Amino acid sequence: MTSFWSFWVSIISLGSIFGCLWLVYVTRKSQTTDTETEETMGHSFDGIEEYDNPLPKWWLYLFVGTCIYALAYYVIYPGLGNYKGLIGWTSTGQWEAEVQQAEEKYGPIFDAYAAMSPEELIADPEAMKVGQRLFANNCSVCHGSAARGAIGFPNLTDDDWLYGGTAEAIKTTLVNGRNGQMPVKGLNAAMTNSQVDDMVHYMLAFSGRSDDEAAATRGGEMYQTACAACHGADAKGNQQVGAPNLTDNVWLYGGTAKRIKHTLLYGRAGVMPAQADMLSEEKIHLLTAYVMSLSKK
Amino acid sequence: MSEKIPLKNIEPGTQNLEVYGSDAGSGGVTKTVELYASRKKIYVKKIKGLFQGIRRYSLWALMLAYLSICWISIDGQQLVHFDLPARKFHLFGLTFWPQDFFLLAFALIICAYGLFFITTLFGRVWCGYTCPQTVWTFIFMWIEEKVEGSRNQRIKLDKADNNANKIVKKGLKHFLWLAVAFGTGLTFVGYFYPIRELVPALLTWSANGWTIFWIGFFTVATYLNAGWLREQVWLYMCPYARFQSVMFDSDTLIVSYDTDRGDPRGSRKRNTEYKEQGLGDCVDCGMCVQVCPTGIDIRDGLQYECIGCALCIDACDSIMDKMEYPRGLISYTTEKRLEGKTSHIVRPKSIAYAVILCIMSGAFLSHIIFRVPLELDIIRDRGALYQLNGMGQLENSYTVKIMNMSKQTGEFELSVEGIEGLEISTATNVQVNSGEVYSLPTIVEVSPYNLESSSSSITFTVRSISDSALTAESESRFLGARE
Repeated sequence: MTSFWSFWVSIISLGSIFGCLWLVYVTRKSQTTDTETEETMGHSFDGIEEYDNPLPKWWLYLFVGTCIYALAYYVIYPGLGNYKGLIGWTSTGQWEAEVQQAEEKYGPIFDAYAAMSPEELIADPEAMKVGQRLFANNCSVCHGSAARGAIGFPNLTDDDWLYGGTAEAIKTTLVNGRNGQMPVKGLNAAMTNSQVDDMVHYMLAFSGRSDDEAAATRGGEMYQTACAACHGADAKGNQQVGAPNLTDNVWLYGGTAKRIKHTLLYGRAGVMPAQADMLSEEKIHLLTAYVMSLSKK
Repeated sequence: MSEKIPLKNIEPGTQNLEVYGSDAGSGGVTKTVELYASRKKIYVKKIKGLFQGIRRYSLWALMLAYLSICWISIDGQQLVHFDLPARKFHLFGLTFWPQDFFLLAFALIICAYGLFFITTLFGRVWCGYTCPQTVWTFIFMWIEEKVEGSRNQRIKLDKADNNANKIVKKGLKHFLWLAVAFGTGLTFVGYFYPIRELVPALLTWSANGWTIFWIGFFTVATYLNAGWLREQVWLYMCPYARFQSVMFDSDTLIVSYDTDRGDPRGSRKRNTEYKEQGLGDCVDCGMCVQVCPTGIDIRDGLQYECIGCALCIDACDSIMDKMEYPRGLISYTTEKRLEGKTSHIVRPKSIAYAVILCIMSGAFLSHIIFRVPLELDIIRDRGALYQLNGMGQLENSYTVKIMNMSKQTGEFELSVEGIEGLEISTATNVQVNSGEVYSLPTIVEVSPYNLESSSSSITFTVRSISDSALTAESESRFLGARE
């Protein structure tokens, strides 16, 4: 805030309070003449008259009290332009204090879980309930509340892993995130459209869905130069680079001919965001166990 | 008793404007007046009698209930416990969840109606005998009387210079007031925080800051209300005092002075033929004014300030007894009776109130009795509208929350219907502990050929396996592209 606006805000704020005090001061007494009646205000309706009674004095003190409260507030809290207040309160500070409080309250629970192995955690129904809530809050937006995933977001319940299903691999995925890059047309940018169609047939053939054996064979030959480097010569994938197994009929981006063709023509870029900055190590440990438990059901 | 009963009249603080000096102006005298009036302390004279006796017992009963109910625990559960952090209200063996909040609103409406009903029949009996403001004010006045003495002694003490006697008495009074206020505040907080944990925590200085703040807050509020504000609450703060007249009619019981019998007022010696002197039954002793905790003169007629405490009836009856006149110059009566007509308790207004009250209470009670302690909430996943799984089935994801509000752990089965062939492809049988909100991620699937609309209404049902009557339903939507 520039100093002009700081002054502007301060003057209006303080001016209002002192204005109120002045108003209370000047209206506490009134002039009257003895020709006026002190009894009623002169209004009458249906036999009901409005009496001219004074307010109780503590009412006046309440007005003064609110003004004093407001002034004290401006001294203690930031409110007058750039003035920071006596106790240095900020909304960020308050939020941090609340987070700190929650850490103190729930920290021991997660510390206890962190000391347990993933197998022990999976066997502990309470731990799994906590894990489920963590998953619902942090993961379910993409992977779904039941963790079955969606197009572009892996299903976590099927024991088919892009980067490995061990506790270490899952934890690495959670901590650092993953970047799954499928280049356009694999390693062969010069692939023609008909070669792409052959490749689609080769892919469909793994699940017995191709109706053109010759095309599938041609695609298979092309596969060895364009795709095998990542997906492996047997097309079983490579968890080191997150290259999916192409033979198990599990399709991250959809398994129809149309979708496979799209993947080949335009490539794919899947991102699993890193959680290290968002979740504590203990929570990630518990989530690892929960994710493992999903495919063991 | 031939001496005159001393006349001491006090003026309530609201009636006279303080005049500050005047100067002559044209057309009249111009004066400066204060628009805010100071409180004039009311010295209430102690009086014994029928109605004060009734109030003493009702007051003890109410205070005993207030102080003891929070200490009663059954199976480790405080009988009345408003557990705000857990958002559960435990009331006499029933547990109310936030979902039951409308019941609270309903209960409050019934209470308000009950109050209106009673007011229509008996006037301000609530104010006079049971209102917390009255109850605590009377307790504080009782302490004041015990420490500082009678009305005249208190007036004298207040006028006296500060000496040791005055300081000791005042100090003792405020100490006792604060002690009662602290007990009140502690008990009040005890209804929100288990009092069996609260008291030991206070004794070992380990209670948490907010708990101490609220005990302090209610202590100070009680002390100020019952010690200092007193009639100011009745006169200026209580909204009920202002609209009670709406419920009054000429058959409503009110505390009233019988003008025809009492006027003209005047002092006289006992056993004189006062009627020949043209006097009524009122000896104008002012006792009814001295005992009034709101500082009004009941002889001025029905006033909104009157809380119906009936102290003036007790006072006047005692004087009537001394004078050997019949009692009841000031009495509980009705406008009709004052006019010499008969009053009826049963009348269209009271019948209407009674009928409405019965219907509402009946509906409320039946709802409580037949309440199913099971709730179901369905939250549809927001991440994806729907997906097609490997089997060509359409899937929708939900988070199903099963709330077991009963006292027993139970096995529950979830089912869904609304579309032909609709089924749940995740776990359906779960065990939910008493008081638990169980969250169950659920996937519902159906063949796209069975969809009749891209958005269909479906109904989830959760049923207890052991008790088929224990069941709850909730609606949701199933989205998907039709084939």
